[in-house]
Amino acid sequence: MAIPTKTKKIINKAGSRSAADFRTNTKNIFTARKGLNQEIIRELSRQKSEPEWMLEFRLKAYEIFLEKHMPTWGADLSKIDFDNIHYYVRPQDKTKRNWEDVPAEIKNTFDKLGIPEAERKFLAGTGAQFESEMIYHSLAENLAKQGVIFESTDDALKNHPELFKKHFGTVVPTHDNKFSALNSAVWSGGSFIYVPKGVHVELPLQAYFRINMKNMGQFERTLIIADEGSSVHYVEGCTAPTYSSDSLHSAVVEIIVKKDARVQYTTVQNWSSNVYNLVTKRASVYENGHMFWLDCNLGSKATMKYPSVILRERGAKGEIQSLAFAGKGQHQDAGGKAIHLAPDTSSTIISKSISKNGGRTTYRGLVKVIKGAQNVKTRVVCDALMLDPASRSDTYPTMDIKEKDVTIAHEATVASIGEDELFYLMSRGLSEEQAATLIVNGFASPIVKQLPMEYAVELNRLLTLEMTGSVG
Amino acid sequence: MPNLTIKNLHATVGNTKILNGVSLSVSSGEIHIIMGQNGSGKSTLLSVLMGSPKYTVTMGSAKLDKKNLLDLSPSERAQAGLFLAFQHPQVVAGVALGNFLRLAKNTIHSAQKNKKPAMAPAQFAGLMREEMNKLNIDPAFMSRSINDGFSGGEKKKSEVLQMAILEPAFAFLDEIDSGLDVDALKIVSKQISTIHKKQKMGLVIVSHNPRILDFIKPDKIHIMSKGKIVAQGGTEILKKIEKNGFESFIKKK
Repeated sequence: MAIPTKTKKIINKAGSRSAADFRTNTKNIFTARKGLNQEIIRELSRQKSEPEWMLEFRLKAYEIFLEKHMPTWGADLSKIDFDNIHYYVRPQDKTKRNWEDVPAEIKNTFDKLGIPEAERKFLAGTGAQFESEMIYHSLAENLAKQGVIFESTDDALKNHPELFKKHFGTVVPTHDNKFSALNSAVWSGGSFIYVPKGVHVELPLQAYFRINMKNMGQFERTLIIADEGSSVHYVEGCTAPTYSSDSLHSAVVEIIVKKDARVQYTTVQNWSSNVYNLVTKRASVYENGHMFWLDCNLGSKATMKYPSVILRERGAKGEIQSLAFAGKGQHQDAGGKAIHLAPDTSSTIISKSISKNGGRTTYRGLVKVIKGAQNVKTRVVCDALMLDPASRSDTYPTMDIKEKDVTIAHEATVASIGEDELFYLMSRGLSEEQAATLIVNGFASPIVKQLPMEYAVELNRLLTLEMTGSVG
Repeated sequence: MPNLTIKNLHATVGNTKILNGVSLSVSSGEIHIIMGQNGSGKSTLLSVLMGSPKYTVTMGSAKLDKKNLLDLSPSERAQAGLFLAFQHPQVVAGVALGNFLRLAKNTIHSAQKNKKPAMAPAQFAGLMREEMNKLNIDPAFMSRSINDGFSGGEKKKSEVLQMAILEPAFAFLDEIDSGLDVDALKIVSKQISTIHKKQKMGLVIVSHNPRILDFIKPDKIHIMSKGKIVAQGGTEILKKIEKNGFESFIKKK
C-alpha cells in the first residue's frame, strides 16, 4: 500500500522519541490534587455524572487496591509514590466528535504528533486521549450505520448502559492484581468497541494515548466486544514527554471474542523513560474465535505486561506476539499467558526482546491446560538479543499442563550480537552502528512485518533511533 | 594505479601464530592466486587484510597505496576499496539482501571523495536484477534474508553478486569455488572474469582447486605454507603441484 508522502512525514515525526518529547501548556478544567482517597474517587465519579453502581464499583475497588500487596516478583516498583500522583485530570468538558472543537493547545499537541488528522486517511475510526479523558472520538459513517460502536468508555457507560454493565469487569476482575484494582477505582477514558454479528471492520480503529502533565496517572479502560462472526483490528499508540519525576500508566483492557469472531489488538508504545507502565490485558475467546495480541514495547522506566488469552470453547485460538526494547535504566518485563479451558484450542506465544546499555528484559509466560482440554496445541518461542555485556535478559516460562493429549513446543534463545555478523556487514562498508542497527531490525522483523505498513515504518524508525549512538 | 602492499605480516589468534611474515604486492588489474595446504594461513591472510576482529596483527604492514590498512576498521577498509568474499558467508536473519546491499553501496559512495549520488530503491533494484541475471540468481533472493537458507552454491553466487555491485578496487575471494557444482563453477568463474575485465580491480583468490584456472588467467601464483609464502611464479608452478604436491615447496624451504 502506498502512503502519501505527507502522511509518511507525519508518521515519522510521531515515531521519534525526540519529536514526542515536548510539553504543552494547557488549562485543565479540573485537576484532582495529588494522592488518592475516597473523596477524590467520589469527585471523579460526580464530575463524570456516573450511575450509582459505578461509584460503588470504584469504591469497592479502592478497598481492594489498599488490601493488595505490590507485586515483588517482576520489575522494581518500590519507587512508585502513590501519594505523588494526580489520579484525575480533566482537560475539557466532553469528548468531541469534530476535530475542530478540540481546544487549540490539545489539538496542537496531537497535530505535532501527527494524530489523528493524517491517520484518519487510513483508519476507520480514531480516538485520542489526553491525560484522563478521551478528548476526541470519531467513526466512519458506514460503520456507525452497521451498528458498530466506537466511543470513549465514559460515553459508552452513558449511551449503552446495558451492553456496558453486562461485560464490564467480566474479563479482568477488580481483584486480579493491585493495578487492576487501582484502574477499577480510578479508570477514566479508553475505548469501548462493539462490533455486531457478522460485521467486518476492514480498516483498523485507532486510539492514541498522551500523558502531558508531570506526575500524571493515566488509567484508561478499554472494552472490546466482537459479536459472533465479526472482526476488528484496534491499534493503540502511546507517548509522554520526559520529566524528572515519574508518571504512572495503568490500563485495563478487556476483550470478548465471541463465536467465529476475530480481534487483533496492536500496541506501539513509546513512553518516555519516567513512566511506569503496568497494564492488564486479557481476552476471553469463545468457539472458533481468534484473538491476536501484537504488542510492541519501547521506552518506559518499567513495563509489566502479559497479554492473555482465555480459550473458553472448542476451537478457540490465541496468539500473543511481542517485541520489547530496554535501554539504559529500563526494565521490560513482558510475555503472555494462554489458558486452555476447552478441547481443540491452540495458542502461540512469540516474544522477542532486545536489551542494550544495561537495559533489562524479562520474558514471563504461562501456558495452562486444564484436565479434559484434549488435543490442545501450544507453541512458545522466546528470543532475546543482548547488545552488550552490561545488559540482561531472563526467561521465566511456566507450563501448567493437566492433560496428556497436548502438543507443546517451546524454544528459547539468548544471543549476544554476533562478532561474525558485525564483521560481515562491516566488510561491506557499513559502520558498526549501521551494522548493529540492521541486525536489530532484522531480529525484530518477524514481529514488525505484521504491523500495518504505517506502523512498521514507525517502529523501524524507533528502533533505528534507539540504536543511534549506541556503539563505540 | 593503486597498489596493495603487504610486508612481513604476522598475526595470531589467541596464542597461536598463524601468519609468520607474509609479503605480497598486488597492483590493480592483476590476478593473484594463493594455494597451499589446509591450515597454511591462506584464509587467515584474507581475513586479516579485511580487519577481522578474530586476529591480532603482531608485526608487519599492509598498505593500500599510502593508506595504512591496519589502522582502519573493516568499514573503513571497505570504504577504501577492499572487498572480501567469505569462505563461509554469514547468515543475517531478517535483513533483506537487496536493502542491505543498497545501504552498503550508498555508504561506500558517500564515503568517497568524489561522492556519487545515493541510488534510489527502484534504480538500485534495476542494477541488482541485471547482475543477478548474469549469475543466474533468482530475483526473489533480493528480498530474502542475507544467506538465510541459501545453499552452498547460492551463498557463493551471492558473494560474487555483492562484489559486482560494490565495485571494489581490490577483492579477496576465499575459496569462492568450493561447494559449487560444475555448472555453477563455470558461471561464477566466468562472471568473476567478466567483472574483473570491466572493473579492473586487483584480485587475490584463495583456492584449492586448479579448475578455476580454466576460466581465470592469473598473473601470479603463490604457494603458502606455515603462515608464509614459500614459492611464487606463473602457471608453470601448477605442473609442479600436480606432479609433486605442495610438499615439494615446503621441503625446499
